[in-house]
Amino acid sequence: MTTQNLDIKEFLDQDQKKDLLRLLTAGSVDDGKSTLIGRLMFDSKMIYEDQLSALERDSKRIGHAGDDIDYALLLDGLKAEREQGITIDVAYRYFSTAKRKFIIADTPGHEQYTRNMVTGASTANLAIILIDARYGVITQTKRHTFLVSLLGIKHIVVAINKMDLMNFSQEVFDKIRADYESFVIQLDIPDVNFIPISALKGDNVVDRSEKTPWYKGGSMLEFLENVRITSDRNFTDLRYPVQFVLRPDIAFRGFSASVASGIISKGDEILVLPSLKTSKVKSIVTYDKELDHAFPPQSVTVTLEDEIDISRGDMLVHPDNQPRMERQFEAMLVWMDVPPMNLTTLFYIKHTSNTTKARIDQVKYKVDVNTLEKIGIDHLNLNEIGRVVITTSKPIFFDPYKKNRQTGSFILIDPITHNTCAVGMIIDQLDSKNLTSRITDVDKQKIAQGKSLIQREEYQNKYNQKGETIWISGLHGSGKNELAFSLEKRLFEDGSVAVLIDGSSVRSGLNRELDFTPADRAENLRRVAHICKLLNDQGIIAVCSFISRNSSLRSQIAEIIGPDRFHLFYMDATLDYCKNNKPELYKLIEEGKTKNLPGVDLEFEVPVNAKLVFKPEENELNIDKILNYLAANKIFPHR
Amino acid sequence: MEYSLTNLRELEAEAIHIIREVAAEFEHPVMLYSIGKDSSVMVRLAEKAFYPGKVPFPLMHIDTRWKFREMVEFRDRYAKEKGWDLIVYTNMEGFEAGIGPFTHGSKVHTDIMKTQALLAGLNKYKFDAAFGGARRDEEKSRAKERIFSFRDKLHQWDPKNQRPELWNIYNARVQKGESIRVFPISNWTELDIWQYIRLEKIPIVPLYFAKERPIVNIDGNLIMVDDDRMPKKFRDKAEMKKVRFRTLGCYALTGAIESNAETIEEIVEEMMTVTVSERTTRVIDFDQEGSMEQKKREGYF
Repeated sequence: MTTQNLDIKEFLDQDQKKDLLRLLTAGSVDDGKSTLIGRLMFDSKMIYEDQLSALERDSKRIGHAGDDIDYALLLDGLKAEREQGITIDVAYRYFSTAKRKFIIADTPGHEQYTRNMVTGASTANLAIILIDARYGVITQTKRHTFLVSLLGIKHIVVAINKMDLMNFSQEVFDKIRADYESFVIQLDIPDVNFIPISALKGDNVVDRSEKTPWYKGGSMLEFLENVRITSDRNFTDLRYPVQFVLRPDIAFRGFSASVASGIISKGDEILVLPSLKTSKVKSIVTYDKELDHAFPPQSVTVTLEDEIDISRGDMLVHPDNQPRMERQFEAMLVWMDVPPMNLTTLFYIKHTSNTTKARIDQVKYKVDVNTLEKIGIDHLNLNEIGRVVITTSKPIFFDPYKKNRQTGSFILIDPITHNTCAVGMIIDQLDSKNLTSRITDVDKQKIAQGKSLIQREEYQNKYNQKGETIWISGLHGSGKNELAFSLEKRLFEDGSVAVLIDGSSVRSGLNRELDFTPADRAENLRRVAHICKLLNDQGIIAVCSFISRNSSLRSQIAEIIGPDRFHLFYMDATLDYCKNNKPELYKLIEEGKTKNLPGVDLEFEVPVNAKLVFKPEENELNIDKILNYLAANKIFPHR
Repeated sequence: MEYSLTNLRELEAEAIHIIREVAAEFEHPVMLYSIGKDSSVMVRLAEKAFYPGKVPFPLMHIDTRWKFREMVEFRDRYAKEKGWDLIVYTNMEGFEAGIGPFTHGSKVHTDIMKTQALLAGLNKYKFDAAFGGARRDEEKSRAKERIFSFRDKLHQWDPKNQRPELWNIYNARVQKGESIRVFPISNWTELDIWQYIRLEKIPIVPLYFAKERPIVNIDGNLIMVDDDRMPKKFRDKAEMKKVRFRTLGCYALTGAIESNAETIEEIVEEMMTVTVSERTTRVIDFDQEGSMEQKKREGYF
C-alpha cells in the first residue's frame, strides 16, 4: 500500500463522518445569487474540469459576464430557462468541503415564484438572503424573509452583495443591517447574521477579504461550515408515524417509520393513536443491527410486546406527551395550483403517513407577502398565502408547525387532477371545540342554500341511528297502526329518536282540508313524504302507518324520501279480518254512505317489494322482526 | 449522547423513507435495475427498508442484449444468490430485427432497445411506480427533477408540469395508466455512492476497476471488444490497455478511461483529480446540447 493510498483512506474515513447542511438561497439573478452559488461550488473544488471547459464555451455564447467565467451558467439547467436568463424551478446543487456536505435549494426570487421558494425552504435548515448593496432592503428582501420564517427556518445569513460597487463601505453595510434588523424583529427567526460580500470578485465568499477590515466575522463558507444545526431538531416529543407494517412471517410483526421527532427507546411505554392502546417497545430493528434508541430522521422498524392492531397512518407516542388529535385546525396555507381555491372541494390531505379528506371551511385572511398586511378575502389564488380553517374526515395527530415541522405540515391534493394544490403549516391555536361554534364562510353558503350545518354522519353518531323511514302499508283495519304505535314505544324505550306519523293525526290538522278522493289521497301522502324527508334529513327515524294503496303512490313517496331511506313493510290482513277489526267504516260503505275505500271500491295493490310482510295476529313477533331488520341494516342501533 | 447522523446515514434514512412510501402507496411498483453501481446501492437500500422481510416488489432489467458480458454474469449471480424477484425484459422485435449500435447507430439502438423497451416493459406489467437510480448531481437538467416524478399515460415527462414537492410528504396519487418515476438517491453525489459502496461492502461489477482489457479507439471513445459482433475493422485494431469504466451500459456505447485504479479508494482519488466527469464517457450525451433533457421528455431516464 502506498502512502498516497493511506491518505485517500484517511480522506474517505473523514469524509464519511461529515454531516449534511441543507440550505436555501433566495434572491434574483440580479442579486448575484447564481454567481454566489457557482463560486461556492467552484471554489470548493467540486466542479470537474470538463464541466468548466464546457462552461467557457457556453459563457462566450450566451453569458452575461463579459470575458470572465459566468458562474451562473453552471446552474441553470433547463434549456428554456437558460434562454430566458432566469431560474424558474427549484434546482438542487451539491457541494462539499473538508467539514461538511451541502445541498443547496436554489430558487427563483420573483413574486410569481413564491411557490418555488416555499418548496425549497421546506427542507432547508438555513437560508441565505441576498441583498444588492446598491439598493439595500427592498420589497423582495422582506418577502423572502417572511417566507423563510413562515417555513420555520431558524438560521438566516444576509449576504450583502456587490460590496465592490460600493467601495466596501462599512457605512453602507451598517445602514442595510440596521434596516433589516428593524424589519426582521417582527418575525420569529432566532439566528440572523450579516456578511458583506462580492460574489463576482470572491470577497468574503470562501476566504475573508482584505477589503473589509472593519468586518470581524467569518466568510460565507466558514459560516456555513460551522453553524450548528443538530439542535434544531425536535428530540423531545416522540412522534412515530407508522409508514409500513412489516409482516414477513407469523412470528414477526414490525412497524416501520422514519422517526418524525423525539427519541424512541427499547422498553419505552408507548401509546398508539388513534386506538389509544398501550404497549412497550420490544425491539428497534434495522438491517445493520438492533438499536437501543432511534431518533430523527432515522428510518427504523419497531416491534411491540403486545399484539395490537396498528396500520399505516397510526402514530406511536409516549403516553405523557401526546400531540393534538382533532378534525379541525387552523393553518397557514400556500396555494400552489393555477386554478384558484374552491371552498366546496373535498381535497385529499396528506399529513405524515396519514391520508384522509379535508375541506377548507374558511379563509380568515391572506397575507400580502410584500407588506405583511392581512387582507380579508374569501379564497386564495396561485402563490397567495392565507390563514385558513380546515376540517378533516378523520382526526389527524398534529403539533403546531413551529414546534414540530414534521407533524405540523401537510399537503392538499386536488381530488380530480391529483395535483398538489396547496401546502399548509398548522398554527398553534385553541382547541377545535372553540372553532365549531363560529359560522364559517362555508357555513354561510350552506345556510343560504338551506343545507344543514350538521353532517349526516354527525347525526348518525349523535343519535346512534340512521334517519330513515319505516313505512307500513296495509288495508284500513289491518292492524298496521297497532304495530306502528307499539314500535314507536319500543324504539323510544331503546333510546332511538323516532317520530310516529299516522293517517288520523295528519288528517285532523295538517291535511284537514283533504278528502278521500284518489287525488286527495295522493296529496295527503305527498305531504307526509316531505315531512319524513325533513325528519330523516335531520337524523330522525320516521314511523309511518298509511294505506298507500298502489305502487305508483308508493314509488312517489320513495322518490321524495330517497329510495335508500324508504323501507316499505306490508301488513297482510284479509279483508274479513279488517272488517272484523274496524267495522265502522266498512259498514258505512256497505250502506252506501261513503265511497273510495281501498280494498272495497278502490283497488289495493299488494306491495310486491315489501322488505317485511306481517300477519296482524303476531304483533309482538312483528316488532322483533322490525327491530332485527333495523339492526341488520344498521339503521338502529347504528353502531 | 449526540443524536446526529452522518451525511451518508441521513441520505440512507431519506432513501429508505422514500422506498417504503412507494411500497405503501402504489399497487405495482418496480425497481429498475441497470446493474450499475447506483442500482447496486439502490437495491441494498430496498433490502434495508424491508428487513427482516423481503423486498415486496420486483426488479426489472431492460436488457438491450448489448450489455457487457460481465454485467449479465453479475446480474444473474446476485439475483440467484439474493433471491431477487428479477424480470429481464428485452425488446424481442428489435433484437430479432438485428438492431444494434454498430449497424443502426447509437441513437436508433438506444431508442429502440432501451427507451422503447423500457416503456413496453412498464406497460406489460402495468407498473404504476418505477424506481430509478438517477441522481440530481449527474447532469444539469436533473438538478430540478422531483423525487416523485410524474409521467403521463405515454410515460412523458413535462418539466413545466411537475408537482410541488415539500418536506418529506410525497404525492403518490395517479390516475389509471399514469405513473411515477421515483428517485430515492436523488440527493446522493457520486462520492456518496462510492463511500456507501465502500462502507457497506456492496458488490459491484468488476468493470469499474482498472484491468488490462482489449480496447479500440472509436471516434475518440475507448471501446472494449466484448464479443465479435463488433465489426472486424475495429476488432483488428484492438490493443490491451489498462482501463476502467465510470458508467456501465451497452459495451459499444460506453467509453472506458485509462486508469490504474484497482480499488474504491483509488477510484475516488482518481475522481477527485480527474479531468473528465462521469457522464462524458456515455456516447449519447454528445448528440446535442440539452440532449439528456430531450431524452427525459421522451421517457428515457
